[in-house]
Amino acid sequence: MTTINFVEILVYLAIIVALTPLMGGYMKRVFSGERTFLDPVLRPIERAIYRACGVNASQDQGWVDWTVTMLIVNAASLVILYAMQRLQQWLPFNPNKFGPVSPDSSWNTAVSFTTNTNWQGYSGESTMSHLTQMAGLALHNFLSAATGIAIAVAVIRGVAREKAKGIGNFWFDCTRSILWVLLPISLVAALFLVSRGVVQNFRADVVVKTVEGVEQKIAQGPVASQEAIKELGTNGGGFFNANSAHPYENPTPGTNFLEMILIFAVGAGLTNTLGRMTGSVRHGWAVFGAMALMFLAGVFVCEWAEQKGNPIHQKLGVAAAPTDGGTGGNMEGKEVRFGIGDSALFATITTDASCGAINSWHDSFTPIGGLVPMANIATGEVIVGGVGAGLYGMFLFIVLAVFIAGLMVGRTPEYLGKKIEAHEVKLAMLSVLILTLCILGFSAAAAVLPAGLSSLNNRGPHGLSEILYAYISGAGNNGSAFAGLNANTPFWNTTLGFDMFFGRFFMLIPILGIAGSLAAKKKVPESAGTFPVTGPIFSFLLVSVIVIVGALTFFPAFSLGPIVEQLLMKAGTLF
Amino acid sequence: MAPPKRTSLFDRAIVRAAVGDAFRKLDPRLQAKNPVMFVVLVGAVLVSVLLVRDVARGKDVLFNVQIALWLWFTLLFANFAEAMAEGRGKAQAAALRRGRTETMARLQTRKGEEMVPATTLRKGDCVVVEAGQVIPGDGTVVEGIASVDESAITGESAPVIRESGGDCSAVTGGTRVLSDRIVVEITSNPGETFLDRMIALVEGASRQKTPNEIALSILLAGLTIVFLIATVTLRPFALYARGVATTPVLIALLVCLIPTTIGGLLSAIGIAGMDRVLQHNVLAMSGRAVEAAGDVNVLLLDKTGTITLGNRQATDFFPAPGVLAASDLAEAAQLSSLADETPEGRSIVILAKEKFGLRGRHVEGMHFIPFSATTRMSGVDWNGRRIRKGAGEAVIEWVRGLGGRVDPAVTDLLNRISAEGATPLLVSDDAKILGVIALRDVVKPGMRDRFDRLRAMGIKTIMITGDNPLTAAAIAREAGVDDFLAQATPEQKLALIRKEQEGGNLVAMTGDGTNDAPALAQADVGVAMNTGTQAAREAGNMVDLDSNPTKLIEVVEIGKQLLMTRGSLTTFSIANDVAKYFAILPARFAATYPALTALNVMRLGNPRSAILSAVIFNALIIIALIPLALRGVRYRPLGAARILARNLWIYGVGGVIVPFVGIKLIDWIVLALHLA
Repeated sequence: MTTINFVEILVYLAIIVALTPLMGGYMKRVFSGERTFLDPVLRPIERAIYRACGVNASQDQGWVDWTVTMLIVNAASLVILYAMQRLQQWLPFNPNKFGPVSPDSSWNTAVSFTTNTNWQGYSGESTMSHLTQMAGLALHNFLSAATGIAIAVAVIRGVAREKAKGIGNFWFDCTRSILWVLLPISLVAALFLVSRGVVQNFRADVVVKTVEGVEQKIAQGPVASQEAIKELGTNGGGFFNANSAHPYENPTPGTNFLEMILIFAVGAGLTNTLGRMTGSVRHGWAVFGAMALMFLAGVFVCEWAEQKGNPIHQKLGVAAAPTDGGTGGNMEGKEVRFGIGDSALFATITTDASCGAINSWHDSFTPIGGLVPMANIATGEVIVGGVGAGLYGMFLFIVLAVFIAGLMVGRTPEYLGKKIEAHEVKLAMLSVLILTLCILGFSAAAAVLPAGLSSLNNRGPHGLSEILYAYISGAGNNGSAFAGLNANTPFWNTTLGFDMFFGRFFMLIPILGIAGSLAAKKKVPESAGTFPVTGPIFSFLLVSVIVIVGALTFFPAFSLGPIVEQLLMKAGTLF
Repeated sequence: MAPPKRTSLFDRAIVRAAVGDAFRKLDPRLQAKNPVMFVVLVGAVLVSVLLVRDVARGKDVLFNVQIALWLWFTLLFANFAEAMAEGRGKAQAAALRRGRTETMARLQTRKGEEMVPATTLRKGDCVVVEAGQVIPGDGTVVEGIASVDESAITGESAPVIRESGGDCSAVTGGTRVLSDRIVVEITSNPGETFLDRMIALVEGASRQKTPNEIALSILLAGLTIVFLIATVTLRPFALYARGVATTPVLIALLVCLIPTTIGGLLSAIGIAGMDRVLQHNVLAMSGRAVEAAGDVNVLLLDKTGTITLGNRQATDFFPAPGVLAASDLAEAAQLSSLADETPEGRSIVILAKEKFGLRGRHVEGMHFIPFSATTRMSGVDWNGRRIRKGAGEAVIEWVRGLGGRVDPAVTDLLNRISAEGATPLLVSDDAKILGVIALRDVVKPGMRDRFDRLRAMGIKTIMITGDNPLTAAAIAREAGVDDFLAQATPEQKLALIRKEQEGGNLVAMTGDGTNDAPALAQADVGVAMNTGTQAAREAGNMVDLDSNPTKLIEVVEIGKQLLMTRGSLTTFSIANDVAKYFAILPARFAATYPALTALNVMRLGNPRSAILSAVIFNALIIIALIPLALRGVRYRPLGAARILARNLWIYGVGGVIVPFVGIKLIDWIVLALHLA
């Protein structure tokens, strides 16, 4: 690892640490209905939206009511996006005259964007009309992110409230997420991106003659507006197939750094919102600490592996050995304007956060370098995680950690005064089971069925890594891919669609159930006998539970994929 | 307090019985209650069936035979643990049952008395019991007074007094009347007596899973399914890699990964917890109550008998102004108390002797005036002296009546002593006030220390007393309790419990009188004294057979220890899996990907020995942990943060390391014996 990379990581983390209480405090005010500086502008809009939708946003909803509302809104938006893709040839803003998207790809993409996964089996600039991109996809970038934040806030309320029937109001939480959090920040970020050279227009492809004399089509479109929310809402679905590696999406190291900040901003801030709303700011920091610990471990391993590069390539003289201040190591699949440092850091961040935007091909990473993104996603996307999704996923592990270790202090386990009993454990295990079943079940099927195998560019352990990555990415609602896989086939589109759907909605129903049941409980007052959920011990415990539960579940499969691949590479075999 | 009865953990008779039970418990219907062990059972059966097939086909079965054997051992060891835990209770129940069967009862009928077997008695029947006879059933004494030997239940040989009316009227079936004659009204139907319930409880027959146990079972079942998915999908993944995954090896892997350690010991831990409470001579009506005791964060303790020795004692003499020699006061106090047989009176005589060397003297010619509620004084007339001691106002009035003068400083002195929480007794000799004796409640030694320990665990102690607030505050300060309820009535006590529960606290209390019953029922943990009334015993969820209220603290500690043991072994069990992966996975796929042997960090001899060693370790660890499960993890009164850190180190980090060492050792032995 070079010094400059090391410094960049520390600077990045320092900025996130500084940003966390600011974002956390702001979101606490927003979702508690307290005054913020944006109120004069946004309150009237908020009221207008409620009136237009004919909803009562001040009514407290029980968890079932809340969840059903959320599901209906998401289902409706899913259907709309599906229809938009199938009908785009008759709809306006289609300068390239693209035909309808295939049924399986439409299903996959509709689910993908609704679930904040933004897995893209298609190539955006050559498939989707501007209307589909802007109104269809970008809308979901906001809605799915807002849904995630709303769920996290509802979960936080469940923990914070006492003897309460409800966990808030979905309309209130969702609308405020969009108006107060996502829109203003993306607006500012998009303007900055435009200033750095990101395009924002409605033109058809520009055809140019290159220096070599060949014709090249250069795709155009409303990129900047999508780019900002793509990162801020941890959506990750790029305007271009090349995603953040494309110079129109991410032209400079400066925009790259901003995009990385945007990815963590909301997720990290929510840990602080959790702390503030439950009255234990230190607990918020303990959760953040656990995330930071796993982030650092991942980024250091990934950068080390990439910088060290591929010994076989180096022996052949294809790639240079790394030097301090110079590039070197595994540059395959990476943009020269980012180099190894920014690529490995971006890869770690985007997989930690369930974002899925990429600025390099994870598929071309060294096996251990590629294991980091995969392992990050396999944790269930809780290292900062997707907006909201990271926090409610972490909540699941907190419940499990508190239950397993809580007994050890000689009391019925309690989390911030709420007893964790059979009901909560049952729901938490249900969520874990759904994730495990989705990932391993679909992967196992794809690993033996011809329809699954025919999409593989690589056989051997690397092919298995591609399969595992795809389903882990789908169930974790990440959306990044090991690009070697041709996933735009009916089999992959359909199975991944279900993978993403189950991984999001089936997982979060039990979680909201836990929130509802915790909200109804009374609080046991804190005393010296209370299980501590603050401080380094708790962070350490949380990390251990995440790593052990994750490792124990996926280690067998990983050992046949990336792990054996790394060992074989050492022995001189490549895939 | 009676020391807990100790039977050796591995008593021979119990072990012998447990070995038999271990086989009997293989019954699938019993195993189905425990999902983790049920999966092991299915695995063992499957491997055994495949084994038979392989034998029929003439294959080399040495390896599979061993896998099958150790899977069955895993089951047997878990069953053995449970049988061991039940063993002690069963032995006790057998002894109790012997005493009960032959009892005959003298039933009172309209025609007179009739001899009937005790087992036919119904609620409302009245029976006569005389010296030497066994009380045929639970009941209330309605006539007479008798000393009763309750050692059959309590193990305590000193007889207790039972009489009609008041708070000492309850008798228990199976106990023996030592003197006199009583008439007992039976209060329970056959099969529902205290003894019946006790037998059922110690045998574990009526054992139901406690709330935390249920939650933990769900977690374990969930983990089992997760590992089932991880193992089953390994087959397609192996197929993809063009490798083979034989069923016995996959089952071995599965059994190693699912939490068999805690799964196998879970019920043993619960039963042993109940048993530990019983060793302290407390009978818990349910495991739920023991578990709740661990959660308790407010203890209501009666002052008298729990915090203080029970009776006030003279601690100081304060001469009145103008009385030069304190010994004059002491002498007068002693004289007035010579005939006073109350504990207070005796303590005055003792104090006089200790402080001034005043010995007892002949009481001839002394005319003692006993204490009465109207005069509120007692005293002695001797040699023309009229010595009186009693409540301040009463003695002042008496002195004034004799024409004496009362110095205002005396009143100040009385008030000062009251303010300190002591009871002042004014002493006068004719018309002269000599001074004041201070009577104080004496806090039992070591109580402050215990309350400090409770506080460290996050438990608040509240003292309940009928005293006035001033006195109560002083004693509360001295004993080191967190709070007190003065001039407490049963209603206030109940209200206090409700208030604490409303605030989210779990409350434990002890009680004995009938008027305690509502509070006992309301409390989350209500420990009734065995000497108490039947109503109190019915209302509580534990009965202290020694009737020692201080024991509530031990019960709380046992409850905590029970939960800690479960949590620690769960953590240990899950942490163990890391090493098992490193043993089995490289071995499992070594043929497909030889490069995977790099993961064989323990350098185990060969794939078969690696898998076998992991399975053997998995079985033996259950046996190794039985003593811990039965005794419980070491309990220390520390704050939760320190306990957590400590147990995480021991059972979490230790749980990761121990199997690496254990599996390596077993591998050596397996290789040395050429078993694989």
